[in-house]
Amino acid sequence: MESLNLITLAPMLIAIAGGLIILILDLINDKLDKSLYVMLTLLILFIDFGAVLGLNVNERGFFDVILIDGISIVSQLLVIAGSMLFIPLALTSKRFHEFEYPEFFALFLFMIAGFQFMVASDNLILIFVGLETASLSLYTLIALHNRSNSYEAAVKYFTMGALAAGFFAMGSAVIYAMTGSIELYQVSQILSARMSGAIDPVPLIGVLGSSILLMVAFAFKLSLFPFHTWAPDVYEGASAPLAGYMSVVPKIAAFVVSIRIFGMYIDLGVEWVRDIILILAILTMTLANVMALVQQDVKRMLAYSSISHAGFIVAALALDTTEGNTAIFLYYALFMFTNLGAFAMLWISRHKVRRFNNRYDHPYEKFAGMIKIMPIGAVMMGLFMLSLAGVPPFSVFWGKIYVMQAAIDAGFVWLAIIMGLNSAIAAYYYLKLIVYMFLMDPVKDVDTVYYNISKPLMVIIGLAAVATVAAIFYIQPLISYIYYMISASGY
Amino acid sequence: MENILSILVFFPAVAGLLGFVIDKKSTRAYGVTVAAIEFFMSLWLWFAFDTANPGMQFVEIIPLIPSYGVTYYLGVDGISLFIVIMATFMTMIGMMSMSIKDDIKNMVVTLLFLEMTMVGVFVALDAIMFYLFWELSLVPMLYIIGAWGGPLRIYASIKFFLYTFTGSLVMLVGMLFMAYVYHNLTGVWSFAITDWYAMVLPLNYQLWLFAAFFIGFAIKVPMFPFHTWLPYAHGQAPTIGSVILAAVLLKMGTYGFVRFSLPMFPDASVMAITPVAFISIIMIIYTAMVAFAQKDIKQVIAYSSVSHMGIIMLGIFSMNAEGITGSVFQMLAHGIISGGLFMLVGMLYDRLHTKDMSKFGGIAAVMPKYAVIFGIFTMASVGLPLTMGFVGEFLVLLGFYKVSPVMTILAGTSIILGAVYMLTLYKKTFFGPITNDAVKKLKDLTPLELWSLVPLVLVIIWLGVYPKPVLEPIDNSVKAMLTFMHKKAITPEAKEIIEVPQTTMEVK
Repeated sequence: MESLNLITLAPMLIAIAGGLIILILDLINDKLDKSLYVMLTLLILFIDFGAVLGLNVNERGFFDVILIDGISIVSQLLVIAGSMLFIPLALTSKRFHEFEYPEFFALFLFMIAGFQFMVASDNLILIFVGLETASLSLYTLIALHNRSNSYEAAVKYFTMGALAAGFFAMGSAVIYAMTGSIELYQVSQILSARMSGAIDPVPLIGVLGSSILLMVAFAFKLSLFPFHTWAPDVYEGASAPLAGYMSVVPKIAAFVVSIRIFGMYIDLGVEWVRDIILILAILTMTLANVMALVQQDVKRMLAYSSISHAGFIVAALALDTTEGNTAIFLYYALFMFTNLGAFAMLWISRHKVRRFNNRYDHPYEKFAGMIKIMPIGAVMMGLFMLSLAGVPPFSVFWGKIYVMQAAIDAGFVWLAIIMGLNSAIAAYYYLKLIVYMFLMDPVKDVDTVYYNISKPLMVIIGLAAVATVAAIFYIQPLISYIYYMISASGY
Repeated sequence: MENILSILVFFPAVAGLLGFVIDKKSTRAYGVTVAAIEFFMSLWLWFAFDTANPGMQFVEIIPLIPSYGVTYYLGVDGISLFIVIMATFMTMIGMMSMSIKDDIKNMVVTLLFLEMTMVGVFVALDAIMFYLFWELSLVPMLYIIGAWGGPLRIYASIKFFLYTFTGSLVMLVGMLFMAYVYHNLTGVWSFAITDWYAMVLPLNYQLWLFAAFFIGFAIKVPMFPFHTWLPYAHGQAPTIGSVILAAVLLKMGTYGFVRFSLPMFPDASVMAITPVAFISIIMIIYTAMVAFAQKDIKQVIAYSSVSHMGIIMLGIFSMNAEGITGSVFQMLAHGIISGGLFMLVGMLYDRLHTKDMSKFGGIAAVMPKYAVIFGIFTMASVGLPLTMGFVGEFLVLLGFYKVSPVMTILAGTSIILGAVYMLTLYKKTFFGPITNDAVKKLKDLTPLELWSLVPLVLVIIWLGVYPKPVLEPIDNSVKAMLTFMHKKAITPEAKEIIEVPQTTMEVK
C-alpha cells in the first residue's frame, strides 16, 4: 500500500518507451528501412520479456492498482512471446504497405503495453484503460493493411469493440454501485459479505446484471457465440499474420481478465455464471465447427477454427479449478505456435491481387497439389493442420487432453465427451486442406505459393513447426511452470 | 539389448526420414532392405524372448510428462510379440511385391512411417503412447489410400480417417477417465496400462468405460454396424494399402480388446459376451452373404475379412484360454492369409486392370503357378486343416463352445459360408472357358511376385502343421491374463464364466 513499487510498471514502460523511440527515430530520419524497425521492436520485446521474468510473484505496485501475480506474469510472457513470433513476419519479400510505416511498430508496442496493463491489474478502470489502449491500436493496425476490406474489418472490429467496451463500462458501474469499489479483491470481499447477508443484502438483479454485462463484453472480445460474427470478416480483412496474432494474443489478455472476474463470481457461488459460460462454450465450439465445415476460404476456415478453439478454452474457464486455469494458458502456449504457423503459411502465398477467385484470397484450390510444387511447405502446413485437429503427438493435442482431463477432474465427463466429438467434427475441415494439398493435382503455377516468401518467414515457420512437432519434449517444464504460477496466485 | 523395442519402433521412422535423400530409382530397394532389417530384428526379439515367462518383457520406462502421468513405456508379451513380427513381416512382403511406379519414394517413406506406428501400437504399454501411435497410423494410411487409390479414393480415405478418429476420441475420453479414477485412488497420475490393471473398478464405471473403449476398438475392427468404411477403404486402396490395412491395422482393434477391455473391465466384458457374440455372428453370417453377392473380386476379400474378424471377436469374448489364444492366433492367420489374398488380387489387377470376376475365367490354364498359390490361400482362408486358418478357427470355436453351443454352431457356419464364396470366387476366376481375350495373353507370376508369395505359403503351412512354437507363448500370456481377470472380477457371474486355466491351478 505504502510503496510505489515502480518496478512492477517496468515492463509496460519499456514497451511504451520503445514505441516512442521508434517514433523519434522516424522524426530524425524518415528514410529508414522497415528491417530496422522490425529488429528494434524485437529487441525491445526481448528486454520486455526479461523484465517480466524478473518480476516477483504476488506483488502490488503503483498505489495497489498494479497486481503482479502468477497469471499476470505467465500471460505477459505469452503475449510477448507471441508478439516476438509475429513481428518478423513483416519481413516479406514483397513490399506490403503497412510495414513501411514506422507508426505500425510504435502502435504495435503501445498495444502490447495495453495488454500488459490489462493483465497486470485487478482494478476495473485500469483494465478498461489497458483494454482500450490495446484495442484502439489494434484497430489501426488492421486498417493499415490498406485494402478496402481491411477498412471494413477495422470499422467492424471498432464498432463491435466499442460496444463491448460500453458493456464493460456498464458492468463495472453496476459492480461499483453494489460494492463501492472497483478493486476486484475488495469487490469480492464486499460482495460475499453482502450476498451472505452479513451486511445489507445485495439485490440479485445487481449480481445478475453486472455479470451479464461483463460476460457480453468478454464474449465479444473472446469471439464467443453469439457475439462471434465479427471475427471471420475481421480476420479475412486483416493481413494473415495479424489475423493469426489476433486469434491468440488479445484473447490471452481477455482470458486473464475473465479468469479474474468470472472466477470471482463462481467462487462467490453464483453457479449460473458457470452454467452460462459452459453453454456459451459448447455452442461456440460446436457452431463454429459447423460453420468452418462449409467455408471455401482457408483463412475463413482458420478464423472459425480459432473461434472453436476459443470455445474449447472457455470451457476450461468455467471449471474454475487450478487445472482448468492452467489449461487455458497451456493451451494458448501450444496453440500459439501452431496457429501462427498456419497463418504465416497463408502469408507467404499472399498476392496483391486475387488470382483465383474474386471473393477470396485463399480459396482451397490455391493449395491443391501443393505437395508437388512446394513439398516442404505442404508438409509444414500439413503438420499444422494435424496439430490443430488434435492428432498426437503434435502440440495442440497435449493442450486438448489437458483441458479434457481438467474437465473430467472437475466432474464434467459429459463436457469432455462433447469436446471429443467436436474435435472429430473439426478433423474434417483440417483434413480437407490436407486432402487438397496432398491428394489433388495443382491448378496453378509455382509463383502462387512462393510469392511472398523470405528467409525470416521461413525461420519463423520453421520455429513454429519445430515447436509443434517437439511439444512432447518441452511440455513437462511448461506445465510445471504454468501450474506453479497459477497456484501461487491462488486461482 | 534391453532397448530393442525402442529400436524396433524408431528404426523405420529414422529410415523413413533418411529415405527422402535416396535417389528415386533406388528407393524401392532401400525400402525392402530396411523392412527386411526390421523384420530380422523382430525375429531376434522372438529368439531373445523368454517363452516361459508370461509377463511383459524388454520393458522400457522413461517418465515423459510426469504431470500428466505420461510415460514412455514399452514392453512385449506373448500376445503382442507375434503381432509385431507379423506386422514387420507383412510390411516387408508387401514392399517386395509392390507394383506402384509413380511417386514410389513417397510411398516407401510413408510405409516406413506407417511401420513405426504399427509396431508402436503393439508394444506401447502406456495408454497415451498407445493412443499416439494409434492416431498417427491414420495419417500415412490416409495418404496411401488418397494418393494411390482408385477413382473414389478421396472419399474413401476421408471416410476411413473420420470414422476411426471419431471412435478413438471417445476412447480417449475413456482413457482420461481411467487416469482420473487412478488419480483419485492413488493420488498419482498414470496412464500406464499395467498400473490400470491393478485397479478393481465398480461395475457401473466398468460398463461406461467398456462402452467408451468399445466404440474406439469396434470401429477399427470393424464390427458390424461400423464396418461400412472398410469396403470403401479396401475397394479404393492400392494393393499395398489393402495388404497393410487387412493384415495389421484391423488387428489394432482386436488387440485393443485383449490388451485393454478384458483385463481392465472383466465384469463388464463378461456382461458383454452375449451382445458382442450376437454382433459377431451377424458379422460372420451377414458379411459372408454380402461377400457372396459381390462381383468385384477385391470386395469379396474385403467382406471375407470382416467375416473373419467376427471369428476373432467371438474368440476374444469366449473368456477362456482356448478361445482367446485361438483368436490371437487367428489374428496372425488372418493377417497373413488376407494380406496374401489382397496381394494376389492386386497381381491380377495389374495384369488385367479390372476387378470384375465375370471378366476372368479360365485363368488356371494360363497362369498355373498363380492358380496353385491362390488355391492354397483359398483353402487357408476357408480354414482347411493343416493350414494356418484352421488352427485359429478351430480353437475359437472350441473355446466358444463352452460359452454357448448354439452360437458356436451359428458361428461355425462361417466355415461353410466361407467355403461357398471363396470356392465360387475360385471357380469363377480360374476354371471354365476363357471368355476374355486379355486373359489368353496373361503371363504367369514373375520371379519377384513368386518369391514374395512363397514365404507366406510356407508360413501358412508351417503354422498349420506345427503351431506350437507360436501358440505356446500366446497361451502362457493368455492364461496369466485369465487368472488375473478371475482374481479381479467382482461379480459372481464373471467369476464363474472367466475360466481359470488348469495349468496355473496345478502350479498352485
